[in-house]
Formats: sequence, C-alpha cells, structure tokens
Amino acid sequence: MIVFEKPKALADVPFHYCPGCTHGIIHRLVAEAIDELGIEGQTIGVAPVGCSVFAYNYFNCDMVEAAHGRAPAVATGLKRSDPENHIVFTYQGDGDLASIGMAETVHAATRNENITIIFVNNAIYGMTGGQMAPTSLPGQVTQTSPYGRDPKHCGYPVKVCEMLSQLEGPEYLERVAVNNIKNIRAAKKAIKKAFENQIQGKGFSLVEVLSSCPTNWGMTPQKALEWIDEAMIPYYPLGVYKDRSAE
Amino acid sequence: MAKVTFNTELCKGCGLCVNVCPKKILELAKDKINQKGHYPAQMTDQSQCIGCAFCATMCPDCVITVEK
Repeated sequence: MIVFEKPKALADVPFHYCPGCTHGIIHRLVAEAIDELGIEGQTIGVAPVGCSVFAYNYFNCDMVEAAHGRAPAVATGLKRSDPENHIVFTYQGDGDLASIGMAETVHAATRNENITIIFVNNAIYGMTGGQMAPTSLPGQVTQTSPYGRDPKHCGYPVKVCEMLSQLEGPEYLERVAVNNIKNIRAAKKAIKKAFENQIQGKGFSLVEVLSSCPTNWGMTPQKALEWIDEAMIPYYPLGVYKDRSAE
Repeated sequence: MAKVTFNTELCKGCGLCVNVCPKKILELAKDKINQKGHYPAQMTDQSQCIGCAFCATMCPDCVITVEK
C-alpha cells in the first residue's frame, strides 16, 4: 500500500527551486488539497512573478500567469466569469503580494472575492537575488540592507494577516509555516480549508505560509528552517487571524 | 514492512529528509552524484524503516515514495 507519493495534481516536472527551498513543499500541499477535494478539472491557478513564476509548469490544472502583483485581480476575473464552475487560486510570494500587489490584495479581500490565495512569505526577494522585501525583519541582512534592516530608514515589515484581519470582508485568514512536520500538517489543513471555503461559496481565504530561502539568507537548508522558528515565528505569530464561519 | 524509494534524479541533496528521520537511517551519498551534480539521499538500513513518511513529508522535491 502506498503511504506517500507525489500528488496527481503535480506535473512530472522537476522543480527549478534551489536545494532545500520550501516552495516545493507548499506546491505539494496545494496539489494534495486539489487531489483530495477532486477539483483538478475545474481549478485554475494564477502564477505570480517571483521565484514561483514557473508555477504554471508544475501544476496539472489550468494556470494563468499574471503581471507582477496582479494575481488577485486576474483571479477575480476568472472567478466571476463562471463562479459556479471555476475554483480559482493564486500562488504569490511576499515580493509580489505584499509590495506591488498590495492594492489588489486589499481590495480583493475587502470585496470578499470568492478566491483562495496562497501567500508564501520568506522575508526576502528571492528571484532577483536577495534584496530587502516589505516583509524582511528588522535587523535582517539582505543585499540592499547590508547592515541589517533599519526601521528608522526603511520602516517596519508588513504583517499581512494582521492587517487584512481588520477588514470586514475576508472570510478566512491563517498564518502557517512549513519548517517541521507538525507545522507542515497544520499548513496542509489550512490550505485545504481555504479551498473548501471557496467551494462552499464563503469567500476570500488567504493562507500565509512562512517559507525559507536558504540561498539568499546565506544558510544551510536545515539552519534556514531553524531560523523560521527562531526569528520569523516570533515576529509573525502563527494562527488563525480571521474565520468568520467559526465566529 | 515499509519500503522507501527515491527518485534519485530529482534529489538536490538538501538533506532535510536526513535530519527529520526519527530512525536516523537516511544519509546523503558520498560516492555518487546524480545528473544534476548533487549527492542524492539514500537509505542505509531498509529493515529499520517504520514507514512514518516524515522524510517524504519534508522533501521539497517529491523525491520519496513510501509504501507499507
């Protein structure tokens, strides 16, 4: 009996991500949710700009590539064109969703658009070579903050879940991590719930996933996972920030 | 008995599976490399495997299949 294998919703294509990058885990969790809910035929994904720009190569469902940050707007159009039959998700990084795409994200949330957003937060711009992102932590050394991010000069990181939780619109906001087995299982549950919410027509669901970037953080893959525990989770606490159906 | 198979050509040798294995029976190969030039993960003692699938859950590249 097979206990664990590559999910059917993932194409038989090797990921281009760096060794130890947790994008691969998050791709797999999304694919497992699609498999378990049996929605591959009606799902449309929207790929972002950033490391996960090639996400359209890796999922077997239909995929659309959006301009930088505009994935929630593209997803809105896809969903509204056939709300009964389309299951639409976006897969975005922090350089995409939390900086250039902030307006689209906030407005999709406040409209309670019935889409699912997977937001991968690794606190850095990965694809372009490790520049400071809106989510980089205070004191974090990056290519463009070689002495560490100074909040006096660069401001403070954007906490997306906390910010969106102040809006009336969103249905479900949760922050999870993928740095150990326990957190991966919780992340899978959250991602599946975000898809279920959409199927039940409940509305805007966003799952923020704390991810690692060993290459640009300058760490080994294992050390990067530990850094999520030591530095990221204290600043970005895990948990459900909004769940209207549970209230 | 649990059986773990590795799609060695997909492995990037990050070692996350090695660290997460509760039985400590995984290692990165020392004497062979795959087509990408990485030292792939391999199992040292299949008989001790309990089929928990922690390695496969942690693997970012879907290298591992677990059977029981």
